[in-house]
Amino acid sequence: MKIYGVALLSACFLIGKLTGRFLGQLLNINSDVGGVGFAMFLLMTSSLYLRKKGWWSEESDSGIWFWSAIYIPIIVAMAASLNVKAAMTGGALALLAGLCATIAGLLLVPIISKIGNHSKKNQDGDN
Amino acid sequence: MEITNQIIGKNGLIFAFLLVGGIMLLAKFFSKKITNNRIPAVAIAILFGLGLAFFGEKKGLADIPLFSGLAILGGSMFRDFSVVATAMGADLNKIKQAGLAGVISLFVGVTISFIVGVIIALNMGYSDPESLATIGAGACTYIVGPITGTALGVSSNVIAISVATGVVKTIITTILTPLIAKLIKLDNPHSAVVFGGLIGTTSGVVAGLAATDIKLVPYGALTATFYTGLGCLLCPSIFYLLLKMVI
Repeated sequence: MKIYGVALLSACFLIGKLTGRFLGQLLNINSDVGGVGFAMFLLMTSSLYLRKKGWWSEESDSGIWFWSAIYIPIIVAMAASLNVKAAMTGGALALLAGLCATIAGLLLVPIISKIGNHSKKNQDGDN
Repeated sequence: MEITNQIIGKNGLIFAFLLVGGIMLLAKFFSKKITNNRIPAVAIAILFGLGLAFFGEKKGLADIPLFSGLAILGGSMFRDFSVVATAMGADLNKIKQAGLAGVISLFVGVTISFIVGVIIALNMGYSDPESLATIGAGACTYIVGPITGTALGVSSNVIAISVATGVVKTIITTILTPLIAKLIKLDNPHSAVVFGGLIGTTSGVVAGLAATDIKLVPYGALTATFYTGLGCLLCPSIFYLLLKMVI
């Protein structure tokens, strides 16, 4: 049944969000700390476990795949409901700070990516 | 006409599905015929979305009652739900391998954004540590900014600037990521995990990765989701105190 897949996804989502929220409260900040991340780990591990046990069917999978595929349209809807005007009226300071912070982050991607990335070495056989 | 409005008003979410479907179709056509498939349809569809947002204010196009369903479909509930669903396509081993780099990228990402924000605010005439910390926090994400500003008790004007800074970051990440992905070697799960940690704005990270390579979305989302929390933890406390000591 497809609904089993959706139900598992919902369970992981809610438990993840709860964990993130509790962690936020524990750290004394009124915000969600990694809720989506916990939910993703839960979904990966629980579906793997259920598959090993043989309690999981391809059809249950398709219930999750649907939501995974609907993700792009959701992002388009999100883009259309962003406060684009505020971004423009925040003035030069907002534009400049947002732009520079993004570019600084992007330029660091190749540098920090080097940490722990041994895949190429392994392929060459010199581990 | 009134009946049509009534039907759409009551079924806003369904109308949003239709609307986004139309945008995607148009973007696909545009990508194929005009850009010769050079710019992916997803990137064009997101740009169309951003363009349409100009017709409204706070919630973009969704401010217009007819299109209010877009705010539900594009709101955080559906967004987070579908992002979690993408985890099904992720490889747990690849995440384990990138774990250390991911954690480091989170701390570096929050720190560098904060510093860049503070330096620019300093150059544009702000000098009190509270305002500087708030704008620096806004350069992390548009959630960290107002949380820091409220905690430090700055004026709503400064909070508005910090939110705007965060929104600018989201939009720039969305547009810029697919354009410079090759240059920064953003083409594998490992660098996607790092990218999510460095940039941190979940909406920008997932939209940018979706326009670059859909397979990378779960990896970037995984780290990005910890970023706002870490920012809320560091900016109004340690970073603010350090800033106060320096200034």
